[in-house]
Amino acid sequence: MFDRDLWREIFQSINMNRTRTLLSGFTVTFAILLFAILFGIANGLSNTFDQAFVDDAANSIFISSGQTSKAHKGLQAGRRIQFKNEDYDYIKEEFGDKVQYITARIYKGVNASFRNEKSSYNVRAVHPDHQFLENTLVTQGRYINQLDVDNKTKVVVIGRLVEDDLFKKTTALGKYINLSGIQYKIVGIFSDDGGDNEERLIYMPVTTAQQIYGNNDYIDQINLTYNPNLNYDQAITFSNVLTNKLKERFTVADSDQRAIRVRNLANESKGISAMTSGLGIIILVIGLGTLIAGVVGISNIMIFIVKERTKEIGIRKALGASPKSIVAIILMESILITVIAGILGLVLGMGLLELVGPSLEKYFIKDPAVSLNLVFSAMIILIVAGSIAGYLPAKKASRIKPIVALRDDK
Amino acid sequence: MLKIKKLHKSYPIGDSSLHVLKGIDLSVESGEMVAIMGSSGSGKSTLLNIIGMLDEADEGEYILDNVPIKNLTEKKAAIYRNKFLGFIFQSFNLINYKNALDNVSLPLYYQGLKRKERVEKGLYHLEKVGLKDWADHLPNELSGGQKQRVAIARALAADPKLLLADEPTGALDTKTSYEIMEFLQQLNDEGKTILIVTHEEDIADMCKRIVRLVDGVIMEDKFVNQVRASQYV
Repeated sequence: MFDRDLWREIFQSINMNRTRTLLSGFTVTFAILLFAILFGIANGLSNTFDQAFVDDAANSIFISSGQTSKAHKGLQAGRRIQFKNEDYDYIKEEFGDKVQYITARIYKGVNASFRNEKSSYNVRAVHPDHQFLENTLVTQGRYINQLDVDNKTKVVVIGRLVEDDLFKKTTALGKYINLSGIQYKIVGIFSDDGGDNEERLIYMPVTTAQQIYGNNDYIDQINLTYNPNLNYDQAITFSNVLTNKLKERFTVADSDQRAIRVRNLANESKGISAMTSGLGIIILVIGLGTLIAGVVGISNIMIFIVKERTKEIGIRKALGASPKSIVAIILMESILITVIAGILGLVLGMGLLELVGPSLEKYFIKDPAVSLNLVFSAMIILIVAGSIAGYLPAKKASRIKPIVALRDDK
Repeated sequence: MLKIKKLHKSYPIGDSSLHVLKGIDLSVESGEMVAIMGSSGSGKSTLLNIIGMLDEADEGEYILDNVPIKNLTEKKAAIYRNKFLGFIFQSFNLINYKNALDNVSLPLYYQGLKRKERVEKGLYHLEKVGLKDWADHLPNELSGGQKQRVAIARALAADPKLLLADEPTGALDTKTSYEIMEFLQQLNDEGKTILIVTHEEDIADMCKRIVRLVDGVIMEDKFVNQVRASQYV
């Protein structure tokens, strides 16, 4: 296989028959090109889906309240349901083993200022667990902790863009920010993959907000992630049970859809993950089909090459070539053409994806690219494909009888 | 050197079969130059192919240099062909994308010689046929006579015991034919055993022995006074 003379023979044969080589290589280049593009697009689509959910943990459940839409047990419709700290505690106690992270949320709009810079932002008052629910990345300092919640300290964690807006080039960490007239100490800066809006938020302890903005124990929303060991169906059962218990607790009719709303991302994740894997299978089938077509193509051409070289092979045999050396020369030529043509197709495909990738975002294809892993396995596939494509023709060539090949009427 | 006893060969043609060789007995000593003559269909090429191990006899005995040639595997046949035999064909059968030197050194490649050695030996043999200056030329840049001389150099390259020539002058004009024959005679003078299949009387007369085949049997086998080709050149 690493016999230099054999390679010399092969290169000579390829070099002297360029059209033939180009033709056979073209099929493979084209097949791999398609393969790479298809895979890139599939990756791009799946990136788009991932992106859509990257903001929140995929196992999130959001619980929010509204007004009752139906009269129930003597209570009128139109009653407002308000969550309180005790409801947060209730869920934590009742479903402790099924809950991974849990946080309350209170929404407030504030006018923030630092020295001469002013702007308005949304504040989310939360528990420490919120960081994991929201996939918040703390880049400087720390997040809200339990001590803050217990002591109702006036601290905030601000988004990267809030820092940009108000503190310009200076560092915000450790400084005091004025939120609607009250000074808060900045203990952390965060970034978030969820987009610019997510980075223009300010987080503060839930208890601090409750004390300052109403002196009550109201909560706007409760967010939690379920135990990741639960599968989709178990997760959906869990959220159904949770919904029913809460409806009971607030004396809400079972059929009332508006009083207590529980949104389980598992429902959506399940659909998306089924869709992505379905898409993956389709792409794989199409890709493999293309590859097979390429292999068949090169195999055909190799058969033609063998036919064309019958006389040469006959001469070689008359001069003492063993069947093995004939197989080697045809097989290696096939593998060489396949691999080189394949690499060309791969490079072309990757280049093309790189080139047109950015303009495809509006078609829900984000960062279409083939992974290094895929490139590696494609290489192995190419070598195997080349061997398969070359084997039958090579075998055929090795069985050529010199006497038949050398007959002058051929 | 070469012994053949009661050799039979037939080819299937449709349902029936064509009996081409009907019991050939032939023995050739080292240093002989034998012409095998016959009209087309007489079986002379078949005989040469069997001697050349390109084909196998149905029946009979064939011993080459004390080695019985029988039931050879393809691999064995390849080794024997490479070691014992040099082929010269009517249509030269050079590989058209290889230059003269590469063509000549191909048998040496199959002997497993190193490239340097192959080039050395190849050039030596090309020089012997007077074509050293043409080493880099492709076959289609050579005349018919030159092609045949390259083919002869190739046949000689592996230093075979027996040269087999199938109508070596069939595609050449008379003058070139005689040049080739002169060269073959020189090789024979140096001790090479040569078998030539031909249907041309003047070519046969330039050998030392003429074997005539008619319908698959040897009709005549006689030693002749060799006509030197040099007198015509």
